Amino acid sequence: MAKSRAFDVRRQTGFVPVALLCFLVLYLPIILLVVYSFNKGESIAIWEGFSWQWYVKAWQNEKVQDATILSLIIATSASLIATSAAVMAALATTRTKGFRGYTFVFALINQPLMIPEIVTAVALLIFFAIIKVATGYTGLMYLIIAHSAFCIPFAYMPIRARLQGMDLNLEQAGADLYGTPWRVFRRVTLPQLWPGVLAGSMLAFVISLDDVVITEFVKSAGQDTLPTYMLGQMRRVITPEVNAISTALLAISVALVIAFYLLSKGGPQKNRE
Amino acid sequence: MTQASDTQATRRRWLLLSPALLILLFAASGPLLIVVLYSFLTPGDYGGVVWKFSTDAWFNVVVERDFFDDTLSFSDAHLSIFWRSVKLSLMTTLVAFIVGFPTAYFIATRPKEKRDIWMLLIMVPFWTNLLIRTFAVMEIIRNEGVVNSLLIGLGIIDQPIQMLFTEFAITLGMFYVYLPLMVLPIYAAMERFDFSLVEAAYDLYASRWRVLRRVIFPIVKPGVIAGSILVFVPSLGAYVTPRVLGGGKQLMLGNLIELQFGQGRNWPLGAALSITLLAIVMVALIVYVRAAGREEMSHG
Repeated sequence: MAKSRAFDVRRQTGFVPVALLCFLVLYLPIILLVVYSFNKGESIAIWEGFSWQWYVKAWQNEKVQDATILSLIIATSASLIATSAAVMAALATTRTKGFRGYTFVFALINQPLMIPEIVTAVALLIFFAIIKVATGYTGLMYLIIAHSAFCIPFAYMPIRARLQGMDLNLEQAGADLYGTPWRVFRRVTLPQLWPGVLAGSMLAFVISLDDVVITEFVKSAGQDTLPTYMLGQMRRVITPEVNAISTALLAISVALVIAFYLLSKGGPQKNRE
Repeated sequence: MTQASDTQATRRRWLLLSPALLILLFAASGPLLIVVLYSFLTPGDYGGVVWKFSTDAWFNVVVERDFFDDTLSFSDAHLSIFWRSVKLSLMTTLVAFIVGFPTAYFIATRPKEKRDIWMLLIMVPFWTNLLIRTFAVMEIIRNEGVVNSLLIGLGIIDQPIQMLFTEFAITLGMFYVYLPLMVLPIYAAMERFDFSLVEAAYDLYASRWRVLRRVIFPIVKPGVIAGSILVFVPSLGAYVTPRVLGGGKQLMLGNLIELQFGQGRNWPLGAALSITLLAIVMVALIVYVRAAGREEMSHG
């Protein structure tokens, strides 16, 4: 096409360098962060040789252990709750010719994406403070419910996208063969929907795992997750231990996002059995 | 379809929707109403509120009462924080556009099978922890960081340049964390772009700049508007980035709000400030929806 000609209609002066610079800028800080997590010395700017010591230190740090466990409990619970709710919501809102209240439902589901996180965080702080006084309960459920809420849109999007591309005929056939709605859902809909469900739950997990603002406002004393623990550390002298924790978290996120990408890339038609 | 099965379908639909809606009403939308209520109450002595109606919090958003003689004046502290939030968010959006537009263009002009990989490269950092990315920026620009060490090592400067805890640091950080939100919608608008239009323009002796401005830009404009909103809105409500990179010296709205629930302990004021932030965001979103709607009309 245009490539073989001397005059490339797609070329714009300076765009390629800016774009390449953009990728460099995007990755350089992260790469340096990872590199210095392996630094032998205390510095995060002067390289003194390779060492695993900061990973060992972080691993042995009891606060980090507690925060990791808490992060995983919250992210797993929130992802499970958000994904289940999102599957049901997606079944109700897709493949239908629109219904009364659709705008309301759509706005509500997408609300966590539109409202500044700090505002939701403040709202939850106030609301949960009232409940805490009234019930005396200060456990983990506040964090789990709060995380579930803002994870719903992230779980909902890939599930809905998958559902929209699916073939209605199979479910119709299942119903014609006297399958109960539940049986049709489990045996026909869910297996087809599965990549979307998996993708949605992974996205929800990553979003929950990475949350700082809402967690910081909602948590009770002693309920630090990894990000809020790290935020607290940043007020002090920073050692590569923070880099080591960051690198571990980055690895989890990147792995899940790439898995998500591969899952959603194989669209409905490709995975047909 | 019969009336009965219609009602049944409706019932089934709302039943399926109920878990998601309940969670969202309980832990996202409902509490916002309580914030509105709290903004009209009197602050308690040690945080919290006293259940007495008052509009003081709303006055305090922009006005302060002199402690000694009760005169009213504009609250310079609050206004300067509002101004800084808007200024830095606009700058972030502008820089993100200047870098994001060519990048989206670059990706959209790659061979079809490679575009996904380039986009993945843009999106991977976005899905990683915002705090970690902010921290990565902090490590680079701090006094003992890579940039200063490099400049001193090369003999260009003697003393490290103070970049951390400045407005520059916050803008750089927000640009860094929100850039993918600019590239994504511009790319989406550009991907379907028909380059035969550009060819036609060149045949008519248009310059490259003119082609960019008069042919490409008008068509991808909805993407640019969407990207700008997607960057501007979270920048305006940013909390983590100004806290880490502004170091408590350069406050933005998000930090001012947090202060009211911490040391300041004026919950109603914090509530009023939150609603103000929400209102600004809503105005931005409405402007966006209107603009997108107009584009839709003129092209549809």
